[in-house]
Amino acid sequence: MTGFSTLLYKELLRFWKVAFQTILAPIVTAMLYLLIFSHVLEERVQVYPGISYTTFLVPGLIMMSMLQNAFANSSSSLIQSKITGNIVFVLVAPLSYFEFFSAYLLAAVIRGVVVGVGVGLVTVWFTDLPLMHPFWLLALTILSTGILAALGIIAGMWAEKFDQLAAFQNFLIMPLTFLSGVFYSIHSLPPFWQATSHWNPVFYMIDGFRWGFFGHSDVVPGLSLLVVGACFVAISGFTLLLLKRGYKLRH
Amino acid sequence: MTVALEVAGLVKQYRQTRALDGIDLQVNQGEFFGLLGPNGAGKTTLINILAGLVRPSQGTARVMGFDVARDYAQSRRALGVVPQELVYDPFFTAREVLRVQSGYFGIRRNDDWIEHVLHNLGLTPHADKNMRTLSGGMKRRVLVAQALVHKPPVIVLDEPTAGVDVDLRQTLWQFIQGLNREGHTVVLTTHYLEEAETLCQRIAMLKQGRLVALDSTRNLLSRRHEHQAQFRLDGEPPGSLGLKQGQGNCWLFGFQEYDELETPLAALRRAGIKVLEMQLLEPDLEDVFTEIIQNA
Repeated sequence: MTGFSTLLYKELLRFWKVAFQTILAPIVTAMLYLLIFSHVLEERVQVYPGISYTTFLVPGLIMMSMLQNAFANSSSSLIQSKITGNIVFVLVAPLSYFEFFSAYLLAAVIRGVVVGVGVGLVTVWFTDLPLMHPFWLLALTILSTGILAALGIIAGMWAEKFDQLAAFQNFLIMPLTFLSGVFYSIHSLPPFWQATSHWNPVFYMIDGFRWGFFGHSDVVPGLSLLVVGACFVAISGFTLLLLKRGYKLRH
Repeated sequence: MTVALEVAGLVKQYRQTRALDGIDLQVNQGEFFGLLGPNGAGKTTLINILAGLVRPSQGTARVMGFDVARDYAQSRRALGVVPQELVYDPFFTAREVLRVQSGYFGIRRNDDWIEHVLHNLGLTPHADKNMRTLSGGMKRRVLVAQALVHKPPVIVLDEPTAGVDVDLRQTLWQFIQGLNREGHTVVLTTHYLEEAETLCQRIAMLKQGRLVALDSTRNLLSRRHEHQAQFRLDGEPPGSLGLKQGQGNCWLFGFQEYDELETPLAALRRAGIKVLEMQLLEPDLEDVFTEIIQNA
């Protein structure tokens, strides 16, 4: 356990030492999204009856920030360690691949949650957001950030240069998060894109998360939890398999 | 005697290149062992297999009896590797790095040993500085300290003195020799052959992934029986003497027994050539290394 807890501590210390970049910056970005979109659309769009657009937007923004930061944490930590070569200090230690996975995953989940809480606190000034199902929110937060954290580990292992990691982020993670219904309900989309959205796991993370706050969602909340839970198990299993094989880490 | 390192039939094949081609080797506990070879000989690949960083294509490797793949946790606890590359974590101070490294090895309260290592490597004044701000030599010292935080019985140093100043070399060798006297096994790769000659009891030489020599340093040195005399002359010696031209105005004569020296001296006298200076050269590890590597 000491090996795992030390690696976790090191990973937490790593992002805490650059908290301006890793925590404060994403909170400011989320605030800017909120300012712009709520200013432009507050009077024009009402997605659910009795729910203002700003109230609708905030849970999606919180979840999107958590997901992006969970991914950024594990992926950037790994690629930096690989490129600078200091990954060797972890690899020569008697850590199991499960400890390695758990420490990187948990650190990324914690960063995601810290950013999410930060965004949530800042938005208190903009809207009065109800908190109907807190344990549901917690479960969905852990599973969703866990998925992105595991994807970050895969991307960090796979990428050999920052350019490849940026491609993973810009061509996969960003479209998945932006096209998941953060800023709109998928019911406002043409039928084809509605159907396509159902293949995006991030849609279920955002939709289920919204239900946890104000009890409205596009799909049945149980389905969201099921899809997110299944994705978490599948991606974690795949990541563990890669780590066990030492994919691009142990030649 | 207990075996500290044992590799058998070790092969590593990278697509087109065979980095290791069937290495069998044992290093006994308490030895100061040298691993020599030209660049690309496979030294670092061998070390990386022992450390678990590279997986062998065939064969087995054991550290203190523990298989590096099957009993990886025990074998890694028994091994401390100083990597060749100057790598560091730019987020942390030297002391933080050593505490974290101790934790990876399951050691919680290790401050006394960390202070001891920092002191012996001359790092105490720099312990709380960020790794980014340290000089190359200091970073190299931290790398050595990181390999030693868990007091491994086997220490592997992969070219630890490449491009470092005399002060670090002396500090490092003093400390490492002390650890060796306490019973730690030390394996060293270096291109400074005089270091290997002075420090190592046994030496293995690798070339293109194959073991081309494995013997005690003394036996390796005695392989070259030939002495050499170097003459500086005031003219060109007769070709019949068979002297080889050295640097500048110097000529070299190889011999087995000292009384053979009379032959060239008498011939030079007869030819009226004056010996301005004469020096006797003893064989060193560099000569042996060059000969073995060229003939392998």
